[in-house]
Amino acid sequence: MSILIDQTTKAIVQGITGNEGRFHTSRMIDYGTKIVAGVTPGKEGQTAEDVLVYNTVSAAMAATGATASIIFVPSRFAADAIMEAAEAGIKLVICITEGIPVQDMITVRRYLDRLGTILIGPNTPGIISPNKCKLGIMAGYIHREGPVGVVSRSGTLTYEVVHQLSQLGIGQSTCVGIGGDPIGGLSFTDLLIRFEEDPQTRGMVLIGEIGGSAEEEAAAYIAERIKKPVVAFVAGRTAPLGRRMGHAGAIITGGSGTASAKIAALAKAGVTVVESPANVGATMAKIIRPNNRGLLIA
Amino acid sequence: MKIHEYQAKEIFASVGIPVPRGEVAATPQEAQRIAETLGSPVMVKAQVHAGGRGKAGGIRRAETPKQVNEAAKDILAKPLVTHQTGPGGKRVNRVLVEKTVNIANELYIGLAIDRKRRSSAIMVSSRGGVEIEEIARQDPEAIFTEWIDPTIGLPVFQAYRLANYLGLDQAQTRKVSSLIQALYRLFAGKDCSLVEINPLVIERSGEVVALDAKVDFDDNALFRHPEIAALQDESEVSPLELKAKAFNLNYIKLDGNVGCLVNGAGLAMATMDLIELVGASPANFLDVGGGADETMIENAFCILLSDPAVEAVFINIFGGILRCDALAQGIVRAAETVTIDLPVVIRLEGTNVKEGRKVLRRSSFHFSSATDMQQAAALVAAAVEGRRA
Repeated sequence: MSILIDQTTKAIVQGITGNEGRFHTSRMIDYGTKIVAGVTPGKEGQTAEDVLVYNTVSAAMAATGATASIIFVPSRFAADAIMEAAEAGIKLVICITEGIPVQDMITVRRYLDRLGTILIGPNTPGIISPNKCKLGIMAGYIHREGPVGVVSRSGTLTYEVVHQLSQLGIGQSTCVGIGGDPIGGLSFTDLLIRFEEDPQTRGMVLIGEIGGSAEEEAAAYIAERIKKPVVAFVAGRTAPLGRRMGHAGAIITGGSGTASAKIAALAKAGVTVVESPANVGATMAKIIRPNNRGLLIA
Repeated sequence: MKIHEYQAKEIFASVGIPVPRGEVAATPQEAQRIAETLGSPVMVKAQVHAGGRGKAGGIRRAETPKQVNEAAKDILAKPLVTHQTGPGGKRVNRVLVEKTVNIANELYIGLAIDRKRRSSAIMVSSRGGVEIEEIARQDPEAIFTEWIDPTIGLPVFQAYRLANYLGLDQAQTRKVSSLIQALYRLFAGKDCSLVEINPLVIERSGEVVALDAKVDFDDNALFRHPEIAALQDESEVSPLELKAKAFNLNYIKLDGNVGCLVNGAGLAMATMDLIELVGASPANFLDVGGGADETMIENAFCILLSDPAVEAVFINIFGGILRCDALAQGIVRAAETVTIDLPVVIRLEGTNVKEGRKVLRRSSFHFSSATDMQQAAALVAAAVEGRRA
């Protein structure tokens, strides 16, 4: 098992004819992902990476029965693309695009909640269930299949942590980037509960960063609902107050959202909080493999 | 994006929100002339992007045009140091000269994005004119909030309920209610991330006026508001940061001595944390992004090296989309154009890592190489110490 996506997932790519869309479509297909159609308005009938392109999501769905969509369209059109997918009946939308206006995302999120569509992102590297399905831009080869669920607000920092795990022989059930934007789809808590209920997952890694209160909410939730071990790292202890560090999410104002507040909340909830980003994999190894024997690769 | 108080007040005036009469000046003479036209007394207010101006001496009352000249001269002469500027302070290029008002009552109004509730929020308090965050901590009851459904907008009853909370008379309540509606139209219409009036003043005459104005905009939405984008004051941004922005790099100058070049904001912050853990401190945040090419890497490296505070350089790249060989070629090219007499530690991992390492090894460029973050951090610490010894 894994969460949200597996070998049966059929997906479409919105924005498939752009540079990014084309490049990652080919990478996803190479990984074994079932990309069944593409969507770019005005390009129906063309193919991109041997995938047939449609003008609208509803046409692509009617032709293929896809249940997921991954979005690469430019930021000024991305909010609309997410809503189009949801309205057409797509159940899982992954939005890679970064730079979508916050107020657009507020409206999008309301719309999706009404339709019961699940969103990952925006501003995310996507989601991967190793050896089964990749709907994202992460390098597939650093992942191995196994028992650890990874959920993160960051991109390359997630690759770093996944690499550490894989090097130690610890595979992953599913890795999800929830995105760095202030308003997005699935939260830490939404994913932690799915990992808790997933039989393949035996432990979880949570990678947070400064700004907002998602880590504090996750901490409260973990204390109440999560029994499996959780290892966490929070980036940005040295980030200056009130400066935006790349992600719209990574911004501190006032006293809330600081790394120390998040670390304290997580530690209090029983999470093993790692001080150094270099030690996340090793810490999980000690917890999940106490006698240090055997690979945890499925 | 932040704008100055005087710009925010111009926007307020254009949407019918009353502000004190005033004008902006770049010289003491100009300030004096404005005061002569307005009539004294006036307030002279430093125009910088930083809070805490009042306590730092950046807001002064002047009784005569001559005093205005002196106050402006003083404020414009030296950097303003507030709790938000850092010890070096910020240069003041303009002052706002404004007619004083007779204050009967000071209120607070703020509009912001509530991430937790995933909606816009409007907050009011009858205790304006002070540190509102302090009030929020000590007495949360003193602030009343309404959350806005984005698909509906702000219905009149919510605006009225906010105004009604402030305990004003009926005429003033109606005035504040329509002012809140105008503020929300501005907030939603121009993609603001923050609109704040502290204080909103009820004058002794009963008139309502915005004594201060703070408006921040969502950078991601500036493409649909070119008139707002044009308001950016580039003198508020450090020259290195401006240069980086032109190259599409995300650079923030910090106070430390280890320059870092990283791909991805999360990994960049984690790298800064790691530098601090080994006893050094980061000189900057520099995210070259996931899709950086050779030229961007070369530019990034040059920006990093032009900071005189940098004593050692730490390049930490986890190549996913960014290929390690492209990165290595960018570094080698940069090393050929500038003289590097600093220790450089490079940690490469990810796509095409072998080719990347080969490119670096074959060049004449001297650096220490690490295979993981822990080892890299130790090398950086040793390099900084070596230079000190």
